[in-house]
Amino acid sequence: MNQHFASVTEVTHPVGGRSAGPNDVVRLIELKRRFGATAALDGVSLSVRQGEILGIIGRSGAGKSTLIRCLNGLERPDSGQVFIEGRDISRLGERELQPLRRRIGMIFQHFNLLSAKTVEDNVALPLKIEGRPRAERLARAAELLELVGLSEKAKAYPASLSGGQKQRVGIARALAARPALLLSDEATSALDPETTRSILALLRDINRQLGLTILLITHEMEVIRSIADRVAVIDAGRIVEQGPVWSIFADPKSAITQSLLGGIRPQLPAEIASRLTQNAGVEAILRIDVAGEAARSPLLSDLALAVPGSFRLVHGGIDHVQQQPVGTLFVAVAGSNEAHLAEVIAFLKARQARVEVLGHVAGSV
Amino acid sequence: MSPVLFELLVRSIWETILMTAASGLISLVFGLPLGLALVATDRGGIAENLWVNRALGAVINGFRSVPFIILLVALIPVTRLIVGTSIGTWAAIVPLSIAATPYYARIAEVSLREVDHGLIEAARAMGGNRWTIIREVLVPEALPGIVAGFTVTLVTLIGASAMAGAIGAGGLGDLAIRYGYQRFETSVMIAVVIVLIVLVCGIQWAGDRLVARLDHRA
Repeated sequence: MNQHFASVTEVTHPVGGRSAGPNDVVRLIELKRRFGATAALDGVSLSVRQGEILGIIGRSGAGKSTLIRCLNGLERPDSGQVFIEGRDISRLGERELQPLRRRIGMIFQHFNLLSAKTVEDNVALPLKIEGRPRAERLARAAELLELVGLSEKAKAYPASLSGGQKQRVGIARALAARPALLLSDEATSALDPETTRSILALLRDINRQLGLTILLITHEMEVIRSIADRVAVIDAGRIVEQGPVWSIFADPKSAITQSLLGGIRPQLPAEIASRLTQNAGVEAILRIDVAGEAARSPLLSDLALAVPGSFRLVHGGIDHVQQQPVGTLFVAVAGSNEAHLAEVIAFLKARQARVEVLGHVAGSV
Repeated sequence: MSPVLFELLVRSIWETILMTAASGLISLVFGLPLGLALVATDRGGIAENLWVNRALGAVINGFRSVPFIILLVALIPVTRLIVGTSIGTWAAIVPLSIAATPYYARIAEVSLREVDHGLIEAARAMGGNRWTIIREVLVPEALPGIVAGFTVTLVTLIGASAMAGAIGAGGLGDLAIRYGYQRFETSVMIAVVIVLIVLVCGIQWAGDRLVARLDHRA
């Protein structure tokens, strides 16, 4: 019954909706976890494919942290299953989880580096836990510090590093034991925008070079847009929407996704929004969302040929997400003639654009 | 000061150092694990067990609430059992250790509790077990506080050892009372005070130096 309910509320985008395959590094089935009266996870089902970067986004308190901590057994679900590389870990004891956690690297918002150890000893710690000899540990640490560009800091203590450098050490440490999966818990949330970009670029490189599967949680759409292949939106302990990033950007179905996208997608400027009325005026303001083919074609000039009239771009633009053009255009249509507007809308819909009449303005904007 | 008194002074210094060092070492060996046990068994700890935690806490509080001079006398049967005698320097080490161990356990507990929980979580996420967390995270990260707390314990022990004269343990406190106070040998009193100041300053200085070398947090 629950599964039925989930399929009703969860919006799955065409390419994102897929059944679980044998290459899934992570597969979650109906995960539930309560803390007192609140449900942190309320039936989460999700898969992460080998080699992909899956971003989970949600507001604080949406259940992201609980979800990511269930993946390495730091948190136990009340019910449901967590499959890591095909093995259900949700019922394993602490002792059985320990070797399994070595297959999963994790990076943290506040880096969590040991202040009493040098950078190289921090990076080598997962190998020390595995019981590897010191020479091997240090050789591997040197290799990883090279990868993250911090070779010269091997003997330094974390306190002397900048935030971005600390996260690089965190990443090197997470990779030390050659994990099959990297979990990123708001890894860039404590960093400035420029450092965030360089850390995300590093994670992208690692994903491509090593084919490492990455699951990251964040509250910033910018992070999702920069590196994720697929995104799942979590709200009140449920996945409300998931799919390829460009498709979610092009056509966010749920209110929470639209609101999370608000910060990085074009919005109607407030000064125009405040002048909108529902009565016919001098111009009608349309919001046109386009993606893929519709965004590549000369849509506005085709429109002017097919439905003669005056169309003025007020705001918006085309963005590229995962090499896919995704655009939002705010267009003023001269004359608020109902029949004319209906023709315009019909033409645009035929071209796979999503159109919404936002209202009318009395004077030119 | 007569050569006899001087010889007494030297012997007393040695007795004080012996009592402080021996009971300090014992309180470190038993107090640190006790402090670890207090932190580990507490709510959210790596070996949560609230019953054990409460029982340990109660025993520690019990010992800490008894004034040392009373503990010194009350523990005479235990001392006789362990050392074979209830008088002398070695006999004083037993009650000193028993008083200092819970004291140091509490100090170590405070330092260990201050270790960021995120670090423990990181070690768990790496697949570390409890022993790993203690050895690689809790103790190294709390080490500056553990050493600073040990310094405080040693200084407190120097003070407490002065009372050990009550069971014939000797030491600087005993010398000051018997010669400096009761026999009006002011020079002995002054010498004892100066030696104590030098001793305490020396321990504090060495402790601070060590803490500065160990602390990489800032």
